[in-house]
Amino acid sequence: MSTLTVDDISKSFAGVKAVQGVSFEVGAGQILALIGPNGAGKSTCFNMLNGQLRADTGSVHFDGHDITRETPSQIWRRGVGRTFQIAQTFGSMTVRENVQMVLHSVHRRLAALWRPLSHNYCEEADTLLEAVGMHTQADRACCVLAYGDVKRLELAMALANRPKLLLMDEPTAGMAPKERNELMSLTARLVKERGLSVLFTEHSVDVVFEHADQVVVMSRGKLIAKGVPAEIREDPLVQEVYLGSGAFLETSEIGQ
Amino acid sequence: MYDASTLFAQLLNGLSYSSTLFLVASGLALIFGVTKIVNFAHGSFYMLGAYIALTVTNALPTTGFGFWGGVVIAALVVGAIGCLIEVTILRRIYQAPEVFQILVTFGLVLVFQNLIYEFWGPDEVLAPRVPGLKGAVTIFGERIPQYNIALIFVGPVFLGLLWWLTHRTRWGRLIRAATQDREMVASLGVNQKTLFTAVFFIGTFLAGLAGALQIPKESANLQMDINIVVEAFVIVVIGGMGSIMGAFLAAVLVGVINAFGVLFFPQAVSVLIFLVMVLVLVFRPNGLLGGRMVAQRPGDLSIDQPFRLPTRAMKQAMLAAVLALALLPLVLPLYFEVIMTEVFILAIFAGSLHFLLSVGGIVSFGHAAYFGLGSYAAALVATRLGLPMAAGVLAAMVAGAGGGLLFGWFCTRLKGVYLAMLTLAFAQILFTLSIQMVSVTGGDNGIVGLTRPSWLNSHMAYYYLALAAAVLATRLMRRALYAPFGFAFRAGRDSLARSAAIGIDTARIQWGAFVLSGAFAGLAGALMAYHRGSVFPTDFSVSTTVDALVMVLVGGVQSVSGPLIGALSYHFVSVELIRNLADYWRLILGLFIIVFVLGVPQGIVGAFMNRFGKGER
Repeated sequence: MSTLTVDDISKSFAGVKAVQGVSFEVGAGQILALIGPNGAGKSTCFNMLNGQLRADTGSVHFDGHDITRETPSQIWRRGVGRTFQIAQTFGSMTVRENVQMVLHSVHRRLAALWRPLSHNYCEEADTLLEAVGMHTQADRACCVLAYGDVKRLELAMALANRPKLLLMDEPTAGMAPKERNELMSLTARLVKERGLSVLFTEHSVDVVFEHADQVVVMSRGKLIAKGVPAEIREDPLVQEVYLGSGAFLETSEIGQ
Repeated sequence: MYDASTLFAQLLNGLSYSSTLFLVASGLALIFGVTKIVNFAHGSFYMLGAYIALTVTNALPTTGFGFWGGVVIAALVVGAIGCLIEVTILRRIYQAPEVFQILVTFGLVLVFQNLIYEFWGPDEVLAPRVPGLKGAVTIFGERIPQYNIALIFVGPVFLGLLWWLTHRTRWGRLIRAATQDREMVASLGVNQKTLFTAVFFIGTFLAGLAGALQIPKESANLQMDINIVVEAFVIVVIGGMGSIMGAFLAAVLVGVINAFGVLFFPQAVSVLIFLVMVLVLVFRPNGLLGGRMVAQRPGDLSIDQPFRLPTRAMKQAMLAAVLALALLPLVLPLYFEVIMTEVFILAIFAGSLHFLLSVGGIVSFGHAAYFGLGSYAAALVATRLGLPMAAGVLAAMVAGAGGGLLFGWFCTRLKGVYLAMLTLAFAQILFTLSIQMVSVTGGDNGIVGLTRPSWLNSHMAYYYLALAAAVLATRLMRRALYAPFGFAFRAGRDSLARSAAIGIDTARIQWGAFVLSGAFAGLAGALMAYHRGSVFPTDFSVSTTVDALVMVLVGGVQSVSGPLIGALSYHFVSVELIRNLADYWRLILGLFIIVFVLGVPQGIVGAFMNRFGKGER
């Protein structure tokens, strides 16, 4: 059974059809990449999956539940973690406190007024930090971290509620090629260890063909192809969309 | 009831006031739009314009030419002074958080008040009627001064001029571009400094002009600055921060409401206007014509270190400090005992503000509301119901928490400057009510005759009560700060998107923080009421809020122990100032605030910690 089923979703903004009738599935344990040129509707599509936007028509099912009309936090409670294009962490907390904050929300203990946050769930937090290799920096302030480390911390935070599905919005944007590969290899390893499914949007074709099991290609709001990377590479329509501007070759060579 | 002609006459009077309001508010909107400065001193430029115009028109011949020439000269002088202020002071705080900008400009308010008092004296001054417009027009049997009719046209004329300036000139397009994205404009090679200074000139020129034009209608007095700036903020907020057309619509709305309000609810006019603002913000959180606020790049000050739990040594030091304070009355003269008692009470108040401001990033610019609710609740319970002090203190905490519950419900739907202005609106509503509802609150005279139980009658006993309350309240608020609740509150400040993505209902947490903070502010209000034996409308006033803000600032916004240190240093300074330099305390206090924000933005504790190491702050 698939983890996430997207069925014929559409979204318009003031008459502009940003997403039109897109359907796809993310299977259990699968890494699916959602790609397409700028303006293809990736982000709109992505935001309809995590609850930030509500689809005009169509439905999204996660783990057998209809989540089309749920809020980001309801969807998170069902077991969907996410990372942001620009990493979103809590700058004025330490690295460990960032993870502890998530764990308190997982255990529904946000209203507690007495016992300090930093005394609870220490081991659980450290285990998560170790999984992403951030345990040595657990006591540092988040706002002084290098960006690659912030990304890894964000990953640990996204994993804290033991999600079945991880949504990653352009996970490697703004990173150097070496950092980028490290982050994606780390993600791939965590996926295997934890039996996660992942859906990510991405511009870097390198990353997509290296790490994705399935690729979904969008252009001008429509889904134009889906399949395994090798198929997508040979798909004439995809080649037209990308090669029409020469972007496909360039991006993979320059590693934009 | 009133007949149609009276209503029409009143409408015209309202529209003439709208023009004044628009001139002030459009300048404020322009300045906010481009520089993002929340210029609380804008009313001071208006007041300055009025006084300078009085002097200049007196010196010039009493002809129409003399009057209008004098008005323009006054406005130009005000604009020049505005430029000077921008270049010397405001330019340094463009990157600072809103609360610092509000404080610095409030410091300017104090400085201007004192200087105007020095030059023109404390009495109200009325200008002679305007030559050429001395008469009145009869419309539907009602006589309306010619001057008021003339003023009606000033607003639309300046709306047209501003529209022409911003849409038909290259320079005006730069202003609009800078309103949308000033960094982009800077990177296109536009000299930001000149642009900002020029915008400040226009804004303050308009304020000065409005003040100068007001003198034939209203005597110039030393209260006109705060009155007009609060109304102008209401207008700018209703219209949408930074929108000039919005400011015009809102000015007309407020002017007309003002005029009819005077007829139908003479005592509650300003309450009415604030209620309109609350309503507009509930349905349109960015005002009538305001666009979505573009997030500013945070200044250096908003990157904050984590709150660290106190180490063992810190705890011992705190215990020692409390013990030392407990032994103090044995050696202190009575005078200091009284002042220290006030310091403890104010530390609770400042601590409650610190919780909202520093932990959650909420600029509670009407924090006096909860303090006043507490003091009045205590006073009413004591004098009306005759209940003992314990009941009064409890009622005060409930009243403060209730205020937090009610106001927080509205405020947590808004962000940034809108939120700050809404909190101010609520405090001003209560301030007005406390003056107007004479039968309940005693009006300006307040409520007197609160008596403490006999065991608390001595200064020393009350000193210990205040100390115990401060220690207890501080400890409770600190527990909350370090607890999951405080962290969830801080999480909403650090990243709303991440908070939502991990199931934190930020608005709900903030609402809870309003209640908690309100309860402690209410406690402080009750303790102060019993300390003085009386309560006054000033408990709700802007200056009470500013006092608390300055205490938090002086101690250090991002320092856990800031409120106590801040209350201690600020209260001693201000008490000594008032005692020894009665005529100059505003000037010195204003300069102190300005210099402090510019020089030691991290506060005393922050500066100390930067110098002498890490640990709890």
